[in-house]
Amino acid sequence: MIAENIVHFARVLRNAGMPIGPDRVLAAMNAVEQVGLDRRDDVHAALSAVMLDRHEQQPLFDAAFDAFWRDPKLLEQMMLLLLPKISGRGDKAMAPRANRLADALAAPRPPQAPNKANETAKEEIQFDTAFTFSDRERLQRADFETMTTAEFEQAKRLAAEVPLPVEPVRRRRHQVAQNHERGVHLDLRATMLRMARQPQTLAPAYTRPRTEVPTLVVLLDISGSMDRYARLLLHYVHGLTRRYLKVHTLTFGTRLTNITRSLRHRDPDVALQQADALVQDWKGGTRIASCLDEFNRQWARRLLGSNAALLLVTDGLDRDEHGDLGRAAAQLRRHAHRIVWLNPLLRFDGFEPRAAGVRALLPHVDRFLPVHNLASLADLRRALREPAADAASRTSPH
Amino acid sequence: MAGDVAAPPASLRPDSVDAVIALLATEGYVCDRRLATALFLSLKLARPLFLEGEPGVGKTELGKTLAAALHTALLRVQCYEGLDVAQTAYEWNVARQMIEIRLAEAAHAIHGEGDRERLAHTLYSRHMLIERPLLQALTQTTSPVLLIDELDRADEPFDAFLLEVLAENQITIPEFGTVRASAPPITIITSNRTREIHDALKRRCLYHWVDFPSVESELEIVRLKAPGAPERLSIQVVEFVQRMRTLDLFKAPGVAETIDWTNALVALNAIRLDPATVHDTLGVLLKYQDDIVRLQSGDTVKLLDELRARALLQ
Repeated sequence: MIAENIVHFARVLRNAGMPIGPDRVLAAMNAVEQVGLDRRDDVHAALSAVMLDRHEQQPLFDAAFDAFWRDPKLLEQMMLLLLPKISGRGDKAMAPRANRLADALAAPRPPQAPNKANETAKEEIQFDTAFTFSDRERLQRADFETMTTAEFEQAKRLAAEVPLPVEPVRRRRHQVAQNHERGVHLDLRATMLRMARQPQTLAPAYTRPRTEVPTLVVLLDISGSMDRYARLLLHYVHGLTRRYLKVHTLTFGTRLTNITRSLRHRDPDVALQQADALVQDWKGGTRIASCLDEFNRQWARRLLGSNAALLLVTDGLDRDEHGDLGRAAAQLRRHAHRIVWLNPLLRFDGFEPRAAGVRALLPHVDRFLPVHNLASLADLRRALREPAADAASRTSPH
Repeated sequence: MAGDVAAPPASLRPDSVDAVIALLATEGYVCDRRLATALFLSLKLARPLFLEGEPGVGKTELGKTLAAALHTALLRVQCYEGLDVAQTAYEWNVARQMIEIRLAEAAHAIHGEGDRERLAHTLYSRHMLIERPLLQALTQTTSPVLLIDELDRADEPFDAFLLEVLAENQITIPEFGTVRASAPPITIITSNRTREIHDALKRRCLYHWVDFPSVESELEIVRLKAPGAPERLSIQVVEFVQRMRTLDLFKAPGVAETIDWTNALVALNAIRLDPATVHDTLGVLLKYQDDIVRLQSGDTVKLLDELRARALLQ
């Protein structure tokens, strides 16, 4: 009985988007057996220890647990109870999550059902936020058109060719080297192995510090003024993510959204669709300062470790009256090993940093890449190939 | 390794969640029930426990306390970038190998293929291995506590290396063979989440997010760890810090900072919190200049007023 319930509970969580494989189900049964069924909080703690692997999953898990284990005997009845309860609750913040959960609980479901549920979810989100956010923020979908075959081929080729905006960094881990290379170390263990094979000769083996592409964090501006470039840039970032695993992508307009996981999807159209579904502030206003500040607080320490580089893609046109862009940028500067700023919105060649946002950002970037009218990946490639032009020095006041 | 299996200290192993709490309490570790459940399962199911959370909430301390409470060895791997097998698992004693070869040569002991084989065999035998913590953890007669501290500081290749140790309790040494644990270690991994640890590694562990403690738990911890502080001061400190964590700070103070601060206040002979003392000692609690400036420019007074309103400040 309890085993069946755990299996079903796991299925519910899986449908709600948590990666729970059969191994975890087995471990969960084992765990529940160990702690016993006497105390509800013990069962809760046991199941979450076994089934979770990220702190962010906790709220969804808690909601599911509360709903599911209220009356483990009568599942059908529970579902009947649960569904109206969720839709009837006025808790705005929980609405999208609860809908996801309700969807998951309704399994097995007809193939049309999720679409409908999604639509209502969308409506609700828009309804909610119309009141809670400033009138500048209009929540929109980007609705990227899918790529044509020719486009796809071209994009694939270009994404492979477009150079990275950052140079490789030297790591402290070593790799095998030839002895004529510079900065080599003698590898005693490998040397000894060679000697054991060939006792007559002494052929020393060497290692050298490995150089590799650093973790790249892309901060992508998707506000109204950047709208024309969003699809192209997302394709570029998708290409990067497919090529190097250590690419994290966050979009920002009026809020910050991490879309890394959706961009890991192999198919660019699916990846962009998933990203589209995650991001809720397409073509809205820009609050660069608050978004950078939020990034500093929530993400910088998680993503910018070990010499990570930051690619900031924005036109620098900030509509944030309250934030202090200079300060946020300075703080970002202290977290990131390098900051590369790609500005795709230069209407004319003789660029002057006139906008206040641009002036505030410029002292804190290592490399500034202005692209005049970015229309294609080919333009991007040209820009990235150019030698590090007028990179603002690092002598900014820290 | 095989053969010398000694019984793990079974008598000390807790057999219920309450027993875990009691066991840790003997060493002065205050542990909430959720963490105790996770730890209990990790002991029972012989799975590593992966602890994630803000710095200074007692993740490392749990490993140290557990080893002390179970009267078993603590083997600790402090992670940093570029950490490799030689520093964490094993290393061949190359100098000694060289001497062996030199001695064999000097004694003209190598004649033909058979001798050479024998020499190679001696060179790659067990006593030529220098054991580092991970290998040591597998070769103890009683289950040790293996503490892999701040795994997020190591780079990804190290995660991959750990998979074998964590899942199979064994290390494969190419020249030698596979070393299996006679008494499987109790493994505790901590991370401050400065990077995302790979899912494959997390999958092999039990996961627990260590949160900041409640007022009651934190007060209990302060009483235990800063016994010199007057009761009233401890209450004020804990209430103040708890309120501080609700502010939108860049880095909220952990329990370790609370203890440090209490001790600092005791050293300054403070008997209660007042704006001047808080102002002078903020550096013990907060480690970012922005946060300190923010507190000094008004929030301290506001928080103290809140305490006063609740009649905690007399």
